Amino acid sequence: MVRDFYGVELTNRLLLGTAQYPSPAILAAAVRRAGVEVVTVSLRRESAGQRDGQAFWALIRDLGVRVLPNTAGCHTVKEAVTTAEMAREVFGTPWIKLEVIGDDETLQPDLFGLVEAAEILTRDGFEVFPYTTEDLVAAGRLLEAGCEVLMPWGAPIGSGLGLNNFYGLRSLRAHFPEVALVVDAGLGRPSHAAAAMELGYDAVLLNTAVAKAGDPAAMAEAFAQAVTAGRLAFEADPMEPRDMAAPSTPVVGKAILG
Amino acid sequence: MQIVLNGKPFEVKAGRLDRVLEELGYQGAKVATAVNGSFVARPARGATRLNDGDALEVIAPMQGG
Repeated sequence: MVRDFYGVELTNRLLLGTAQYPSPAILAAAVRRAGVEVVTVSLRRESAGQRDGQAFWALIRDLGVRVLPNTAGCHTVKEAVTTAEMAREVFGTPWIKLEVIGDDETLQPDLFGLVEAAEILTRDGFEVFPYTTEDLVAAGRLLEAGCEVLMPWGAPIGSGLGLNNFYGLRSLRAHFPEVALVVDAGLGRPSHAAAAMELGYDAVLLNTAVAKAGDPAAMAEAFAQAVTAGRLAFEADPMEPRDMAAPSTPVVGKAILG
Repeated sequence: MQIVLNGKPFEVKAGRLDRVLEELGYQGAKVATAVNGSFVARPARGATRLNDGDALEVIAPMQGG
């Protein structure tokens, strides 16, 4: 089954954030070494004198990747919708990673505001990638609002804790087999990414785990390999675990020696 | 007149948003604008007049996760 991202099929299922790298050159090296096709970007106030945003945009353009702008830091529906409108104009894409933050400690999404903002944006032609939780009811509402992709968190943003609710993520996958699902946020190690892909998720999105690694470019490649391995494992239909041992070496024909 | 640009007070001569942006030094820059919290699309800048005390947000691409 092909579950695409609003008509776009990705060869590389690792989506990478662009923040917190030691330097722009290291960000570029990480994107290139991992063969990343989609990066997340954001919007901030621009000083006419410094023009930092213009230099960043030149770097991203040179990488030749697709961008997924976010509404990071937005706490209200109005803020998120206005930010999305500005992002569409600046980046020239209908894609938007929709974040409506509800709690400052955990950066947990405000699911009520998220659904409301998603309804407004999809009506206006946006292709919304909502940053959500594994909540099944919220997922259903987001799909009703017109979202074709869902991005549940693995753990709080930047925590590196991995898949905090393995059962919930598995349940979400089982409930919505036709929907493209991306584990977004909270992954710390490549094994977390592999686990998400083994569950049948279509991609993972991460930032801090690569940007804050001692060698970001090497870690980006490690994540890319883990994502490939996890996807291949899912497609290969893994065995079911069992409680009791089962000998892998055939016992028939074994010599009787004692 | 005085406007609030990205949270700081600024004196500007022009009234039209596109001319205010030029006056402030944003010509040619890839930016989006909002006036008093509402998005103003690029084609609408020429028809948008700023008034004394208006809050103008000028934003540009930035690293994000």
